[in-house]
Amino acid sequence: MAVATPGLFRRFARNRAALLGLVILVAVIALALAAPTLYPRNPLRIVGPAELWPLQDPRFPLGTDSIGRNIAAIIAHGARATLLIGLFASLTATLIGVTIGSVAAWFGGWVDELLMRFTEMFQVVPGLVFVLTIVSILGGTVQNITIAVGVVSWTGIARLTRAEFLTLRDREFVQACRAMGMPDWRIVLAEVLPNALPPVIVLSSLAVASAILFESAVSFLGLGDPQVASWGRLVGEGRTLIRSSWYISAVPGVAIMLMVLALNLIGDGLNDALNPKLRNR
Amino acid sequence: MLRLLRRRLLQGVPLILGVIIMNFLLIQAAPGSFLDVMSAESQVSDPAMLEQLRVTYGMDQPVWLQLVKYIWSVARLDFGFSYRQNMPVLDVILASLPATLVLMLASLLIALLLGVTAGVVAAVKVNTIWDNLLSFLAVLFFAAPSFWLGIMLTVLFAVKLGWVPVGGMMSITASNQGIVATVLDVLHHLALPAMALGLFYAAVYARVMRAAMLEVLSLDFIRTARAKGLGRWRVVLAHGLRNALLPIVTLFGLQFGTVLGGSIVVETVFSWPGLGSLMLDSVSSRNYPVVLGVLVFSSIVVILVNIAVDLAYLRLDPRIRAR
Repeated sequence: MAVATPGLFRRFARNRAALLGLVILVAVIALALAAPTLYPRNPLRIVGPAELWPLQDPRFPLGTDSIGRNIAAIIAHGARATLLIGLFASLTATLIGVTIGSVAAWFGGWVDELLMRFTEMFQVVPGLVFVLTIVSILGGTVQNITIAVGVVSWTGIARLTRAEFLTLRDREFVQACRAMGMPDWRIVLAEVLPNALPPVIVLSSLAVASAILFESAVSFLGLGDPQVASWGRLVGEGRTLIRSSWYISAVPGVAIMLMVLALNLIGDGLNDALNPKLRNR
Repeated sequence: MLRLLRRRLLQGVPLILGVIIMNFLLIQAAPGSFLDVMSAESQVSDPAMLEQLRVTYGMDQPVWLQLVKYIWSVARLDFGFSYRQNMPVLDVILASLPATLVLMLASLLIALLLGVTAGVVAAVKVNTIWDNLLSFLAVLFFAAPSFWLGIMLTVLFAVKLGWVPVGGMMSITASNQGIVATVLDVLHHLALPAMALGLFYAAVYARVMRAAMLEVLSLDFIRTARAKGLGRWRVVLAHGLRNALLPIVTLFGLQFGTVLGGSIVVETVFSWPGLGSLMLDSVSSRNYPVVLGVLVFSSIVVILVNIAVDLAYLRLDPRIRAR
């Protein structure tokens, strides 16, 4: 594929901050993968005294929460939920956005007009209000949150895909494909789409970051799945104890911030690596 | 200008219609009907009475007729009735709106002041330690969830230092203190939530402002202004800033909806009595009419703000007017 050129990583790594982001991301992925080995039992069970500060007991390096659960275990297991929701929400958004954007640009005319009005509609609906509405009506399961976040995150991707398609649609190589008698769907999937993807990938990686923020907000408000260890919910649960044990909120919040920071830095780095033309923007 | 206003308003109509239809579909998608929840809330179990409620809410009619009726009632600004507050949904929303608007405006003001200043300084001192420091802070605040930032600010400024109250919008004693004292009291309560919500947007504005300033400062008319012998800051502020501010105006319109969403979360952290607290309360009590009312209402507000931004653009940028 056109995207995976050998110089890609070198160009990416030239951006030091992006490299740092990648290191953080890999560390979080490793933590998520190691969670079942490190803490094989349910992270939401009570294992020690309540409100134990970090670094007091080697068994609980990040301390315990208001009812004596191991914060390190919740962080490790929460990493899985965070990564999976972020990834799948972004995939959902990318799938919807690329489909709508490419169909709109390829067919043009009233199809374009209709789909763009549809996109605008989702742009004016405040994302979090929509997600909370879905959660309130359909319930706060992981699937519902993931899909709802995906559904509010695709508009930028659709507009970008459409813009890329419009510039590619009439290029000579596409005309050549037409002249060869290639069917439309093959031109779109095999020729135009791979060329339109690089900037879209950047937006998708940034969508992972914003999806994680959405999910953490929903969990923080106590509307997520109570059976799943979540960073956002731990922040919310620690809220009532800020006078005695503010670390309960602080620790998972730092985790969210580092994760989002890493993804934003990676997005910037991908932008530099994939779109050299746009470098100095 | 009037022609543009009319055109934009007309373009807004199908958008609002779309949002209303989406809303209606969401109602239809709900497992169990409105009535189940409503009757559970108000503890009605008499079948005859339930049947009467069904007729009152038109649920015995075909779906398309329900849709038409729903659109017609929203068009008359009738968002339904909230059994929880025992008031029309619109009144419930309007009662919470001022607090949210105050919070949003204060946050955006903080974001503008900090963000624009940081962006200008970073651009003027590009690639110095100042630029790096400000860019680092911007990246940091861009990644911090607002609710967490709010809690951390509370720990530092309310719990440890005791400078500001932990939450709420005004003190209990404030109502009998006269207008000045009341305003000061609200501002005192406003400081932390506005910071928690505003710092994220300050980070966004700082990044955009830095990029826009760098671009504007490299243009010819800046060189001309320098060549005329104008002072450095005069050039930057009077000639550069004015032209670099346009993207900020665009962002303001685009982000109005996300600021509203952010306000929901921050309000719950600080028990701020606005739309966010209302939304959360309605979501957890399954008060669908209010939830959907907030969704439609906030979408309409976003559309109107974007139209206002377009008009502001017209005033700010003569190049657009000439077209």
